[in-house]
Amino acid sequence: MDTPYAIEMLNITKRFPGIIANDNITLRLKKGEIHALLGENGAGKSTLMSVLFGLYQPEEGIIKKDGKEVSIKNPNDANALGIGMVHQHFKLVECFTVLDNIILGVEDTKNGLLQKKEARKKVVALSEKYGLSIDPDALIEDITVGMQQRVEILKMLYRDNEILIFDEPTAVLTPQEIDELMKIMKNLASEGKSILFISHKLAEIMKVSDRCSVLRKGAYIGTLETAKTSIEELSAMMVGRNVNFHVEKQEKAPSDVVLDVENLCVKSETHNLDAVKNVSFKVRRGEIVCIAGIDGNGQKELIESITGLTNAHSGSIKMLGKDITREKIRKRNVMGMSHIPEDRHKHGLVLDYSLEDNLILERYFEPEFTNKAGFLKRKNIRKYADRLIEEYDIRSGQGAITIARSMSGGNQQKAIIAREIDKNPELLVAVQPTRGLDVGAIEYIHKHLVEQRDADKAVLMVSYELEEVMDVSDRILVLFEGEIVGEFDPKKTTEEELGLYMAGAKRDEVKA
Amino acid sequence: MTLLIQYTLIFASVLILVALGGCISEHSGVINLGLEGIMVIGALGGALVMKFFKTDSSFLMILLVVLAAIVMGMLFSALLGVACINFKADQTIIGTAMNMLSVAGATVFVKAINTAADPNDVSSTIQYNGPKKMFIERIGNFEFNWFMVITLVVLGLVCLFLYKTKYGLRLQACGEHPQAADSVGINVYKMRWMGVLMSGALGGLGGICYILAGVSEWKFETGVAGFGFLALAVMIFGQWKPYRIALVALLFGMFRALSNVYIGFDFLYNLKIPSSVYNMMPYIVSLIVLALSSKHSHAPKAEGIPYDKGQR
Repeated sequence: MDTPYAIEMLNITKRFPGIIANDNITLRLKKGEIHALLGENGAGKSTLMSVLFGLYQPEEGIIKKDGKEVSIKNPNDANALGIGMVHQHFKLVECFTVLDNIILGVEDTKNGLLQKKEARKKVVALSEKYGLSIDPDALIEDITVGMQQRVEILKMLYRDNEILIFDEPTAVLTPQEIDELMKIMKNLASEGKSILFISHKLAEIMKVSDRCSVLRKGAYIGTLETAKTSIEELSAMMVGRNVNFHVEKQEKAPSDVVLDVENLCVKSETHNLDAVKNVSFKVRRGEIVCIAGIDGNGQKELIESITGLTNAHSGSIKMLGKDITREKIRKRNVMGMSHIPEDRHKHGLVLDYSLEDNLILERYFEPEFTNKAGFLKRKNIRKYADRLIEEYDIRSGQGAITIARSMSGGNQQKAIIAREIDKNPELLVAVQPTRGLDVGAIEYIHKHLVEQRDADKAVLMVSYELEEVMDVSDRILVLFEGEIVGEFDPKKTTEEELGLYMAGAKRDEVKA
Repeated sequence: MTLLIQYTLIFASVLILVALGGCISEHSGVINLGLEGIMVIGALGGALVMKFFKTDSSFLMILLVVLAAIVMGMLFSALLGVACINFKADQTIIGTAMNMLSVAGATVFVKAINTAADPNDVSSTIQYNGPKKMFIERIGNFEFNWFMVITLVVLGLVCLFLYKTKYGLRLQACGEHPQAADSVGINVYKMRWMGVLMSGALGGLGGICYILAGVSEWKFETGVAGFGFLALAVMIFGQWKPYRIALVALLFGMFRALSNVYIGFDFLYNLKIPSSVYNMMPYIVSLIVLALSSKHSHAPKAEGIPYDKGQR
């Protein structure tokens, strides 16, 4: 039977207790095409791919490969059928070499001893054929994220996989690396590999895919030829309404300095060197300053020293003219600093507390919530929580008494934002405020950040998403290896230029 | 001097065997704090063979004693495997429980045997004066012990296994990034079982080697005097690498040997330091060494974390 389809997933239904993750979804992957799978968080993309990769068994529906029905019970079955996957979080052993990682699980042996010569030849040949430059003897922990991703791709090619699944592959890459990945994907497709590409970044999908299937809330919405559609159409399909991509912002002149960082040096948590080196900058009222850079270039340490989670060993941090370099976190909070932390589970919420208790975490000691004897005023807390839930549209199963752990990521983030913004801060520090959230929630959060700016507050944001950086900020600082290597006006720069600075290819002398 | 070398080598052998056991187990992702207990049980197995099995062939005796120690060690380590791999229990707690169980269990067991033979004998001691000699060849003043050869062979085999076989590669992947291993079709549970059983075998072997090192009878109430933990210190200081473990074991072995033979050195004897200070030396050294080196240690990343297939 001749068919143009490499994989057909027909009428797949997968239920979990309480929800239908995939409701009668049909996905057909043509041979040699790049097929994007688009959807918000929780739309069922990952579940569908997990079904294809053998991690879940669907209740209904069948999977066909080359027109023949197959059963995929575990990842080994998927591998045997030539289905390979690059997971969002790489599955690489850090202290192994590139070569060892590629052959792991399919090693050649002779008399029980490993034979790596042939494997090395094959890997080198594959890397040349597809333009995937790697060093087979380098350790994973020493190479860049981009190269790690190439290792993951080579892992699939080494196993002669025909169908390649990429799960949000661009989330961790610089713009240059993304361009390179796009080239590699096109290259692979032209060599006859079929590619499934999961993403919620519309620009990439437009750029690289041939066709695009959209899922929403577990249901199949449709499949489009990418060439015949637009970003607006795709996003409307994905969200179910029209989304405003560009953050609406009025011109506004920044006024007084709120945060003044001078010659700040912070030790790294992982090694002995300084993660933040001699950094100086100012944040003024009425502006959003955004720190751009690739993850791991000192953002974490910089923010932690500003918010008080760690101490800088030299330099100074002034807020509203007062030196707070060594102040306690409570003091900083009371002075008007708000912090939307990067890791909302670790630093943002007490997951096993109720929503209302989480909402008063930073204010429980105020007379409104604690009486003179030191007991909590439960009634007031409930009233306060109900107001925030209403105002900030925090959705949860049981309202104020919902345990934070049981809430969705987007609503957890909304709770944090409600708490941090409602205390009317002078300075809002937001680290990756939209991480892992879908378009609708991102729009909501950006709106609130801009509102703060318009209310004459100072906002300091850290983001690894260039699009977000360009969109939201009034001023961009690029951090590379702990130093500020460039300062930009988002209206006068491009993502490409920022990318060069983020990768360390260019740098300016920057004065605060 | 020959005496110092002799004791250094034999104590180093014990440490190498047990530390290699710990090393394999940790590379597979399971922290084996029960090595101390595994040593006791392995020693018990070997001692029982020496007590009850009579033969004139020293080869047969060595073979059987070694086998008994290995088998008992593996059986005991299976407790760790079941609890920590299958039931995902806390590895530290299980290891500690195994240590307590082993000394108590061995004591009760040996006492029962002794009392059965002679109602007045309530000691927990096994004597193996005769069979012990079969392990030793005299070369001039030097008492050569066959365990030194066994250790050397084991060291070579462990190096070969970890770095040159596919199972070694897979085992290490399970200790570093089990999800990665799972995603390429490696059965993490199986590899961890393999690591635990191998550490049981080596721990048991180290146990019998230890009680044969100096004396010709063993009182099981004393356990193995913290040698299992010393071996863990050797392993950490050796950075989970077999050849470094061997070097560190020689160093620690020497400090342990000093307490046996310092009287033979006029210089040390004249210092008039109490013998207990020498006895303490290896433990004190291990404390200092660990305090200094643990900051830079490269332990397998996923060790101590039970693997759960469902968690991704």
